[in-house]
Amino acid sequence: MSGLHTWSGLLLGWVLYAMFLTGTVSFFREELSQWMRPELPRLVQALDPARVAQRVADEIGRIAPGATQWSMKLPDGRSNTVYAFWRLPGGQGARAFGEGHFDPVTGHRIEARGTLGGDFFYRFHFQFYYMSPFWGRLLAGLAAMSMLVAIVAGVITHKKIFTDFFTFRWGKGQRAWLDAHNALSVFGLPFHVMITYTGLVTLMALYVPWGERAAIKTPAERQQLAAELNAFIQAGKPSGEKVQPGSIEAMVRQAQQRWGTTDVGRVNAANPGDATARIAVTRGDAGRVSMSPEYIEFDGVTGKLLAVHDHVGAAAETRGVMYALHLGRFSDLETRWLYFLASLMGTAMVGTGLVMWTVKRRQKLPDPERPHVGFRLVERLNIAGIAGLSVAMTALLWANRLLPVQMQERAFWEVHLFFIVWGLTLLHALLRPARAAWVEQLWAAAALLALIPVLNAATTQRPLWHSLAVGDWVFAGTDLMCLALALLHAVLAIRTARHGAQLRPKGRSAKRGEMPAMLGEAAT
Amino acid sequence: MTARAHRIRSIGALTSRIVAALLGGYALAALCSVAVLALPISKPQAVLAGQLASFAICAGVVIWAFAARSALTAWIGLALVAAVLGPLAWSAS
Repeated sequence: MSGLHTWSGLLLGWVLYAMFLTGTVSFFREELSQWMRPELPRLVQALDPARVAQRVADEIGRIAPGATQWSMKLPDGRSNTVYAFWRLPGGQGARAFGEGHFDPVTGHRIEARGTLGGDFFYRFHFQFYYMSPFWGRLLAGLAAMSMLVAIVAGVITHKKIFTDFFTFRWGKGQRAWLDAHNALSVFGLPFHVMITYTGLVTLMALYVPWGERAAIKTPAERQQLAAELNAFIQAGKPSGEKVQPGSIEAMVRQAQQRWGTTDVGRVNAANPGDATARIAVTRGDAGRVSMSPEYIEFDGVTGKLLAVHDHVGAAAETRGVMYALHLGRFSDLETRWLYFLASLMGTAMVGTGLVMWTVKRRQKLPDPERPHVGFRLVERLNIAGIAGLSVAMTALLWANRLLPVQMQERAFWEVHLFFIVWGLTLLHALLRPARAAWVEQLWAAAALLALIPVLNAATTQRPLWHSLAVGDWVFAGTDLMCLALALLHAVLAIRTARHGAQLRPKGRSAKRGEMPAMLGEAAT
Repeated sequence: MTARAHRIRSIGALTSRIVAALLGGYALAALCSVAVLALPISKPQAVLAGQLASFAICAGVVIWAFAARSALTAWIGLALVAAVLGPLAWSAS
């Protein structure tokens, strides 16, 4: 069972580490998106969702007149834009959809620097990049499944789970790594199980489509299932008769009366501008721990209330709750910080686990100076996968500030730079002695993170002192978080350097620097 | 020679368990997600319930494949569960 734990954790360990870390950051996806579009002023006062919805609906009508469907996410306390996407008639695949961010005050499409914002980390978290979403999601599912197996096998391996938890042997090389791994895992165990299982649930229709294929055959059944899962309404074939659309504002007002002023999440339209138009106003995530659809359906022309959908079946509700638990969207600021910290602990659990494999293996090597290929590969991938990822993620933030604002394909170049830097860290890890590579990359990450507030002050009108003074917590928070993470990386770099130096065995030449174990491994 | 035969046998047993874990895990999860349709609940709910449970089934099978006393025991266990779920899935689909 301990073999199962080790191998299920190791085989997709770097993928898992990257999924965990980018997922952790995604709890602040909206905030990161705001930080990455510094041209857009923060929303100082709450806006009336009904008026915002009307403005953006009008704008979509102007820029995508033939859209057969659109969906907009109204701003809440965390975002300063309205995100909308729409389906165009006749297009296929990616060309069938258009999307944009809109200014909630003017309703106009936003002219900000091209960036994917926090959405890049969010999407990378479950479908990666440079590959089709389908294969990316399958890989993510495989990684999540092996995580689930690793967790269960880990619990079985640890019969003395509580004694282990209270035993912490600081600075004792391998024991300390093991204890750190155990403490992180056990302390966060409920969270790790929850986040892994619910992660699988978010894409379960892709992973196990067989029940659906066997049971759902007619369009009516398909619609019945879809209604349990989301609020995208089916309006059937458009009549082709263009009519003046009804007032979206009035429909949102009716929803507000039901749920409260700020509790409106999305507005979805089917066949807008057509005589058969339908509008659905969905409830926001605040105040309920479920992503199951709760919405009101209106006739898109007359504005007449057609139906209120306020509950789904038991299994659908279970899915809705699990989905919501994974995304943590219901959470207020304090809960989101808890999510962030617990998730960071999960990241560290995967990271310490990966490092432990090399620490344990090294002792069994016949000749520690000339490890076999497999060992060297894991060791180098650990460096680039853990320290290198921090460098690359920070590099993306740097690219966001430094690339010319008017650049073509700018959003994609931010991402390309992320991968280029990540690739360079792997190259660096392959070329340098292992311990030196760890220390250098951790310092590089610390320096890049620590300089983010300086970079931000130099390239935007919103430096730290200013954002602190006016209470701009998105900007102040990002700067402070980068400083805190810089400190964390600096501490890791110092500890790694110090341990390697302490443990350098006497009598042997230490010139190559690689020989004494990396990251504080003891020769016990 | 016997040492070598022993080694081949143990590698074979390990491979057998890995196959049981990977294929068996997914196959039983998929089978279960269809067998749920035999429950007296509405089709959409049954589909979703099957999907929700499938990951627990899959993880359970992987654990069983490595916890069983021998690779053969692991396969027998999988076959027994499949023998129960199979007809249910057949009747429901």
